[in-house]
Amino acid sequence: MNEAKPDTRDSELAPPALAAALAETWRTPAGLWGVLAAVDHKIIARRYIITAFVFLALGGVLALLMRLQLAQPEARVLSPDRYNQIFTMHGTNMMFLFAVPVLEAIGVYLVPLMVGTRNIAFPRLNAFSYWIFLAGGALLWIAFVLDMAPDVGWFAYVPLSGPQYGTGKRADVWAQMITFTEIAALAVAVEIVVTVLKQRAPGMSLDRIPLFVWSMLATSFVVIMAMPAVIFASTSLILDRLVGTHFFNPAEGGDVLLWQHLFWFFGHPEVYIIFLPAVGMVSAIVETFARRPVFGYLAMVMALIATSILAFGLWVHHMFVAGLPRLGQSFFTASSMSIAIPAGVQVFCWLATLWDGAPVFRTPLLFVIGFIVTFVIGGLTGVMVASVPFDTQVHDTYFVVAHFHYVLIGGAVFPLLGGIYYWFPKITGRMMSETLGKWAFWLIFVGFNLTFFPMHILGIAGMPRRIYTYQPDMPWYGLNMFVSISSLVLVAGFLVFFVDAIRSARVGASAAENPWDAPTLEWATTSPPPSYNFAQIPVVNGLSPLWDQPACLMVASGLRTDRRELIVSTVATAKPQVREASPRDSIWPFWAAVATSVMLIGSIFTPWAVVWGSVPVAVALIGWFWPKATPEDEL
Amino acid sequence: MKTRVVADFSDLPIHGFRSASVTWWGTLAFMLIEAAGFALVIAVYLYLMNLAAIWPIDAPKPNLLPGTLVTVILLVSAIPNYLISRWAEREDLRKVRVGMVLMSVLGTVPLAVRAFEFPALNVNWDTNAYGSIVWALLGLHTAHLITDLVDTLVLAALMFTRKGNTSRRFGDVQDNAMYWNFVVVTWLPIYGCIYWIPRL
Repeated sequence: MNEAKPDTRDSELAPPALAAALAETWRTPAGLWGVLAAVDHKIIARRYIITAFVFLALGGVLALLMRLQLAQPEARVLSPDRYNQIFTMHGTNMMFLFAVPVLEAIGVYLVPLMVGTRNIAFPRLNAFSYWIFLAGGALLWIAFVLDMAPDVGWFAYVPLSGPQYGTGKRADVWAQMITFTEIAALAVAVEIVVTVLKQRAPGMSLDRIPLFVWSMLATSFVVIMAMPAVIFASTSLILDRLVGTHFFNPAEGGDVLLWQHLFWFFGHPEVYIIFLPAVGMVSAIVETFARRPVFGYLAMVMALIATSILAFGLWVHHMFVAGLPRLGQSFFTASSMSIAIPAGVQVFCWLATLWDGAPVFRTPLLFVIGFIVTFVIGGLTGVMVASVPFDTQVHDTYFVVAHFHYVLIGGAVFPLLGGIYYWFPKITGRMMSETLGKWAFWLIFVGFNLTFFPMHILGIAGMPRRIYTYQPDMPWYGLNMFVSISSLVLVAGFLVFFVDAIRSARVGASAAENPWDAPTLEWATTSPPPSYNFAQIPVVNGLSPLWDQPACLMVASGLRTDRRELIVSTVATAKPQVREASPRDSIWPFWAAVATSVMLIGSIFTPWAVVWGSVPVAVALIGWFWPKATPEDEL
Repeated sequence: MKTRVVADFSDLPIHGFRSASVTWWGTLAFMLIEAAGFALVIAVYLYLMNLAAIWPIDAPKPNLLPGTLVTVILLVSAIPNYLISRWAEREDLRKVRVGMVLMSVLGTVPLAVRAFEFPALNVNWDTNAYGSIVWALLGLHTAHLITDLVDTLVLAALMFTRKGNTSRRFGDVQDNAMYWNFVVVTWLPIYGCIYWIPRL
């Protein structure tokens, strides 16, 4: 195994010997063991991203099935029951198994590289998080195959999802899938908060943190404050259904609206959990391709923080037709409109950056331009539905469907795809195709607008969402057919994207360390990065380290090579404090995830699963934390 | 990329206490998650109370004795808990071992009294929404008591092995003590909520 003598320092070794020693210390073992025990943030993030894109493709298939059903009046492609399952699955899958995980996963990959450290904080928790996410996704999709997928909408309103109407186990599958994905998301949030606060490269004071990292930090705090609400909501729903509590039963002092409050107290911040990382990607891409630092760094950071605080003051705007007091409605209208201010600040800062820069229109920047256009349209309809009289008209119609697809696809998927084109060379060591990239962009951009813009009109024409069919005398027929055909253009764009990604990963042109001449630290190491990220920890003295010192990276020496070691630094000024150990591979997070999954799935069927199921969980956690005979556990 | 060495960190310590330790920050982050959870459940309690015509709904007020006893024990336990954190900082193994045994006992006793607290609520979880929310509050806090007790027992066992006498373990003892403080402090608003709001 490790033959290096104890306490070898990097300064004692010549560069090739240093790389070899670090590779030995930081390597992930090969074979099945390596797969199950890996803790390298890059390996976990790659799995997370690929799994999330598989869920995107599956969710896309569900969307196509719905478009097939709605293309004509009185179609019989899907039964009403299957249709209910499919639209519930589509929303649940896209929100909980695609959007949130994929954006967090990009953070898991990039944040440690961008702050110049060797692994994420709590790498074993990170591994655990992935397995739990995978189990939650499997639970939902296996239930779908078994015809017991949830059929109560992605926000599962009571009483429809309660014990009286939601018979069988469908709503329980939904509720417990929530628990899985929220545990996974919370774990990642904790890791990112601690990585950003404590593992930044020496000299990376708060005002030198890349905007993408700021956005992930803000997102993580929103996750931490918002997710407990939905975990309590889904748990109390299961309790109502399984052991006869009365949280949502008005006959025994409970309240139906309580569910809506709990769900949307999480559900609205969820939109920003998806949006903020995307905004961070946009800033990174704009900066690199405009060839200048983002205009108004301080304003951008303040806008991120303001958005994440305001995110908690908007949830009631999802409930305007639920019969709330007038004063409450006015308050939440005002607060909903106020969030347009930080969003506007950011849009104008990007425009100023592009205006003053020398933009290079490569594929990543195209997606960013597509984002700005689409997101502004979605933002405008957002200001419209923030107004109570207008919302009362279009609530639960296709206008709302159009609005949130503009915000979510425009606001998050466009930047995400731009981000994939941008960081693909770093992750795989190969470039994606510019030609196919431009095709993918135009097909997706045009296909998206042709598919979703007409839905505004359908909504104003009164077409309700979630209907499995409509009668021939309704005036919706032509537009629905148009939307269904347009969705094929959108799908073609995604197919081109997937083909490009898979092909480029195998035979794309190989990528240099910094193919876009970008300013941040992830580009200071090889593509793909070695297991230890940096042979020596970078030292930072500006906001754009690779532009400030283009020829040469400043680094620090003195770390051990026989022990997984990284630098812990102070929160505000990033002064180095400790040469901290970073844990090695471990199989225990996997077993802990298996035990947790058994307990959570068991508790869909019997409350006693929580009692007997907690014993294996405890055993796995003790195995996880019990010190092992490695250099990392000494002292 | 070419590199230039501008600093040397060979003299940095290889383990830090409190804010120089990532575990401390991780514990803090989990405390924030759980505090958000507790605050939310208390908010739900107040929401349901606000809706009800009478509170408690169709049930006598909860008996004060077991809950108050738990409160007193938890508050008393904060004293040795404070001391063990100081002993851990000084890396005094003998005292830390004594302290961990004491904290294991002080973790078990409130749990035993807690067993009498549930019947003292005078309502079942499936009686009505009032019963559901007080059982949820008490159950959630009990889950924290159990979690920290298991953590304390395992750590106490570890401190009696060869692996106990390291800075890292003393750091764990400190973080465990901090978490126990959290369990004690969060109990106070829950205690007030369950036992005193119905008496207002």
